[in-house]
Amino acid sequence: MPKETFAARYENLAQICEFVTIASEAAGLGEADAYCVELATNEACTNIMEYSYGEDKEGKIECLIEADDKGVTIVLRDWGKPFDANEVPEKTFDKPLEKLDLRGIGLRLIRGAMDEVEFEALPVGGNRLTMRKYR
Amino acid sequence: MVESTQFDKVDVIKASGRIDSHTAPELKEAFDGLLEKKRYSLVIDMSEIDFLSSSGVWVLLETQKRCRRRKRGDLVIASANDNIQKTLDLAGLMHFMKMYEDVDAAVGSF
Repeated sequence: MPKETFAARYENLAQICEFVTIASEAAGLGEADAYCVELATNEACTNIMEYSYGEDKEGKIECLIEADDKGVTIVLRDWGKPFDANEVPEKTFDKPLEKLDLRGIGLRLIRGAMDEVEFEALPVGGNRLTMRKYR
Repeated sequence: MVESTQFDKVDVIKASGRIDSHTAPELKEAFDGLLEKKRYSLVIDMSEIDFLSSSGVWVLLETQKRCRRRKRGDLVIASANDNIQKTLDLAGLMHFMKMYEDVDAAVGSF
């Protein structure tokens, strides 16, 4: 059950992604599924940095990976502002390019890349995001 | 790392590695530099990009939007691997991008 804590900074995204990719591949996920896990983790961590902590605030992200015979579970914990993803509507980009508003694209990628996604704002503060990818 | 090559009518931008929130500003800067020089026919060579995040998608679409405001202006993609296509597909934005197998085909499309 690998677990690492990272400073919530953009320059650490590559390191966080490498951490989950190594674990995904060790758990037997194929290349395409491992990329989905990497993409979802990247987007989730970016959202934590931008919305939960905000650009100028320091914070940390704890990343826990569990693997079993069904697949991989990624748990991301932060200690920033509570985030309610259920208030963010499902985004579709069916407008002409000139009128396109790309806000919400990260959340769409997370939901599309993973099989199960659960956001929790914790009573003790911060958030926990649990994402599952099946083989 | 981002490099650009100027042809007669078209500029080719080649980036490598990951395009995420840490590296996307460098790509945006390269595109902005070309747009300031009134170069609106652009190709991005993605043959050495192995990861594309929403930040990278945002840079591509914003640049494409600015190019398409000009006559015959566009930003097209060359040599995108399966991962890049996966990001665009999951984002539901594939239909905005013109994609070509290699740089020659992309440059020839203008």
